[in-house]
Amino acid sequence: MSRLTYREAARLALAHELAADPAVWTLGEDIGRGGVFGQYQGLQAEFGPTRVVDTPISEAAIMGGAVGAALLGTRPVVEMRFSDFALCAVDELVNQAAKARYMFGGQARVPLVVRQPVGLWSNSAAQHSQSLESWYVHIPGLVVLAPATPADNYGLLRAAIRSDDPVVHLEHKDLWPAEGEVPLDGDWEVPIGVARRVREGRDVTVVTWSGGVRIAEEAATLAETQGVSLDILDLRSLWPWDRGAVLDSVARTGRLLVVHEAVEVAGFGAEIAATVADALFGALKAPVRRLGAPRIPVPYSPALEPASRITAPAVAAAAAGLVSWRS
Amino acid sequence: MALPSSPPDAAAPDAERLLGLYATMQRIRVFETLADEAHKAGQVAGYIHLSIGQEAIAAAVGANLREDDVLTSTHRGHGHTIAKGADPLAMFRELCGRAGGTCGGKGGSMHIADFSVGMLGANGVVAAGLPIAVGAAHAIALKGEDRIAVCFFGDGATNRGPFLEALNWAAAFRLPVLFVCEDNGYGATTRTGSVSAGGGPGVRAESLGIPVTVVDGNDLAAVDAAAAALVRAVREGGGPQFLHARTYRFRGHTSSDPATYRDAAEVQAQLAGNDPIRRAAATLAGLGVTPDALERVERHEREALAAALATALDSPWPDLGTAFTDVQDIGAPQ
Ligand SMILES: Cc1ncc(C[n+]2csc(CCOP(=O)(O)OP(=O)(O)O)c2C)c(N)n1
Ligand SMILES: [Mg+2]
Repeated sequence: MSRLTYREAARLALAHELAADPAVWTLGEDIGRGGVFGQYQGLQAEFGPTRVVDTPISEAAIMGGAVGAALLGTRPVVEMRFSDFALCAVDELVNQAAKARYMFGGQARVPLVVRQPVGLWSNSAAQHSQSLESWYVHIPGLVVLAPATPADNYGLLRAAIRSDDPVVHLEHKDLWPAEGEVPLDGDWEVPIGVARRVREGRDVTVVTWSGGVRIAEEAATLAETQGVSLDILDLRSLWPWDRGAVLDSVARTGRLLVVHEAVEVAGFGAEIAATVADALFGALKAPVRRLGAPRIPVPYSPALEPASRITAPAVAAAAAGLVSWRS
Repeated sequence: MALPSSPPDAAAPDAERLLGLYATMQRIRVFETLADEAHKAGQVAGYIHLSIGQEAIAAAVGANLREDDVLTSTHRGHGHTIAKGADPLAMFRELCGRAGGTCGGKGGSMHIADFSVGMLGANGVVAAGLPIAVGAAHAIALKGEDRIAVCFFGDGATNRGPFLEALNWAAAFRLPVLFVCEDNGYGATTRTGSVSAGGGPGVRAESLGIPVTVVDGNDLAAVDAAAAALVRAVREGGGPQFLHARTYRFRGHTSSDPATYRDAAEVQAQLAGNDPIRRAAATLAGLGVTPDALERVERHEREALAAALATALDSPWPDLGTAFTDVQDIGAPQ
């Protein structure tokens, strides 16, 4: 175990895979100088400019090129800088990477990882703050990961690079300096599709991921003072997602609250809510609830940005509302 | 795939070599004529884009490639696939949506691919093949191989952003890519010139420092000679090359398009004087190839392909279960 930041954990995960497999390489804008968040620091010096490749500002060519390179058996790890810029490469990710194996009848695979820093950070406003995970979960062919801790960023990024599927790896920008224990030994990785129980509780199941996890943990402390106990699951992996863990927990608590930083309307919380309502209809003690951002672009002003944020008190209040719910 | 018997020379073409390329052109023409009929008969679903009139480019470029070279194609990809050496029976099965198709019936005409001969796929998205070819070339360079990547695209594709991104990338990294612009003058129903600024595809490539060769794309021997020189230059590590091949689409944009937006006199002139197959036949006649020999080539392709189509139409449909395979390994459909 080593105490590492979320940023350093990801850096080491990539370094391990670059060292372990000559087919792995990484490409993106400014990564030779460490990347915009320092998550590539020192990698070009260690592995050279042909395996840690500085690219032009050409998101379509970065993603599309990675597809061609993956079809020829290399394993590119693509950096998109901000998830918002990945929208300049949607065709390449959605129509090409996610489709090639299927529409060519299994003749080739597309073993690439696309790293997309997501979420609210440093008042970056409408074009540098989005969480669009539900878009990607909607696309057959893609695996979608959203780690919340250094250990999970390390273990999931390693698993993503070793997987033969195209993987969208969403890293939360506000978590780069977050610290935690990371098992660095050997081939340790986090299995894709398995949720992490963050906290055991009896009254309300809170399902969340990425930046939502810290908020849910804080909310649990607040809720505890009101006698409400939260069972928190960090999904970590959004496709596939750990349906079994969610259903087990809600079967015990009888209540579900899904919390995510993304816009609530048509967010991934809707899928979880519908699945639970369908599978556990008779066992629910209260309606299933979602808590996400209002459907507004993220505003800039420090006075306005909070309108886009889910907060621990709001989560605690929503959970308490479910416990006191009467039809 | 026609194999080079000697280095091509546009001024003094080799009859044997040219006859091989002629056979490839006939294979493409006959394949697409039969596919068109099958489509009209309801045996091929969806829609298909025919490259009739443009066969010389595919045949000549294909003949200069090795089997381990790779290519990306467009929505108009039958010719490229045949010229790269794919089996027409598997291609017909794909168009007819049958088991044993190159893609198991999951791609169809617009997504036809045969990785066993380095054909990395047609594409339903205009210009999408450019970055993919460049990325394939990047992988080739990373691995230190002497293969090359070839990228076919239309004149219309040069107005999409990925065209610029891909050409810039290939030049900046000096990658082994041959760009082949099949300039038939139209993007669907629109004259490309009427919506394009500047001096055309070649000027755009030249502005990025990529050498450009302009060729009459319906002159088989000329395309062959140009392709041979460019493939050699790319393989020797000189970075990307750009072949601007002028041609004409003899049919509509799709096989159901009557193409009434084109001037009748323009179409007539092209059909009468610029058929690449008739032009190649004339060249071959000048080299002493008898009409009989040309007729034999054509008859052979007609018989072989008619039999292939009949076999394809006799082939079983794919098992419904295959609709759920090859989506992904992790999180696959249950
Ligand atoms: C991104 C995108 N936009 C539009 C289309 C619809 N479309 C298909 S082919 C085509 C014309 C393309 O023209 P060109 O690149 O010259 O190729 P050609 O059809 O002449 O071979 C269009 C507009 C598409 N498939 N993809
Ligand atoms: Mg065109």
